Amino acid sequence: MKLNTRTIVAIGIGAAVFLVLNRFVSIPSGIPNTTINTAYAFLAFLAVLFGPIAGALVGFIDHALTDATAYGSIWWSWVIVSAFVGAIIGLAWKRIDIEKGIFGGKEILTFNIYQIVANAVGWGLLAPVLDIIIYAEPSDKVFLQGAVAGLANIVTIAVIGTIFLAIYAKTRTKTGSLSKES
Amino acid sequence: MSSVKMLSYIKRDTPVHNLCGVTKLVVFLAWTIVCMLSYDTRVLLVTLCFSLIIFKLARIRWREVRFVLAFIGFFLLLNDVAIYIFSPEEGVNIYGTRHVLFQFSSRYTVTKEQLFYLFNVTLKYLTVVPVALLFLITTDPSEFAASLSGIGITYRISYAVSITLRYIADIQNDFHNISQAQQARGVDLSKNVSLKKRISGIASIAVPLIFSSLERIDLISNAMDLRGFGKHKIRTWYSARPFKTADYIVLAGMVLFVLVGLYVTFHDGERFFNPFVP
Repeated sequence: MKLNTRTIVAIGIGAAVFLVLNRFVSIPSGIPNTTINTAYAFLAFLAVLFGPIAGALVGFIDHALTDATAYGSIWWSWVIVSAFVGAIIGLAWKRIDIEKGIFGGKEILTFNIYQIVANAVGWGLLAPVLDIIIYAEPSDKVFLQGAVAGLANIVTIAVIGTIFLAIYAKTRTKTGSLSKES
Repeated sequence: MSSVKMLSYIKRDTPVHNLCGVTKLVVFLAWTIVCMLSYDTRVLLVTLCFSLIIFKLARIRWREVRFVLAFIGFFLLLNDVAIYIFSPEEGVNIYGTRHVLFQFSSRYTVTKEQLFYLFNVTLKYLTVVPVALLFLITTDPSEFAASLSGIGITYRISYAVSITLRYIADIQNDFHNISQAQQARGVDLSKNVSLKKRISGIASIAVPLIFSSLERIDLISNAMDLRGFGKHKIRTWYSARPFKTADYIVLAGMVLFVLVGLYVTFHDGERFFNPFVP
């Protein structure tokens, strides 16, 4: 597999933007200690633009860097899940031709199905199972944690991720968008 | 907002700083893997002692890491409380015996096993911290990409990581400019406005940031293509350092450490150290 230069740069810059968004751009949701995080919406956006490999790598690099710089420690179980979620959402890249500026009802539906599946499997199943295997934590606790994280991400991506993609699609030129003046 | 602290490289001249980046990366990875696999109290305690010694050796000052340690201490406390609330007898399940010390209610008992289990969970999380901190503080970011490709990761991916590290500061600058410009125009992100307003406020900051970054991606990738990036199978790194005697010694020590650690943990077929079985 040969990554082209643009994808490599997209992974690098994307990871930096994710880090900044994760650190600064979060909205207090009203529930204490719970913020609505735009970073995952951005990860989903990037995955649709650049594909599954970019999605997985941005998820991986970012989660590892965020953990390391904020907590001084890396939770590999959740890092792996971030990479997984990025990769699965990235699979939607083949089905959504965002570069042609097409992002209507059908594409919004496709995007959201992919992201819901990715988050549900990733946070609802993979993260708790890895936590049990690695850290032997009680299953009730990790499944609840996973469910809360997954649900929060699904909602954020559904709202903010869709907005990002729609705005991006508007900036692309549609083929056949010119009409002949009579 | 600019007061948010991030851990980063601190330049010093110590034996730890002078090790080759590849060595440090390998040690860091091996260390975290042992800490993830093992649940053996003895292995974890010895590991923690070792990492504190290296900490001393790298001459990292207390105030440089204090804020992270406070943060992680709080997090671990919260995690222990959550585990206890969800499963007050998890330790009993794991160690197979039950020594009740006292009880709050019929569900919330306090057993020796549970206390020992919580101690182990905390220890397990804690053991990784000094090494991760050490790695972050003593590795020059520009050498890090060279180290990644040194352990066999393709240079394309190493280069992506290197771009990330290089551009975090620039993007943070962009973010501050955009954020201040939008706030000057009346965007409010505080709790004083409705959730809907906050979301649209966030979008008004995030969207320009994302689009300026997409432009940056095109700019940088064009520049790299023009300079022939990706033409060859391998590339060399300006900041790569050659292996020295110290590196070989550290790596050999690490191999020994991993083997002993895993042997002690798994020799009885269990990853838990059980002091309750007579």
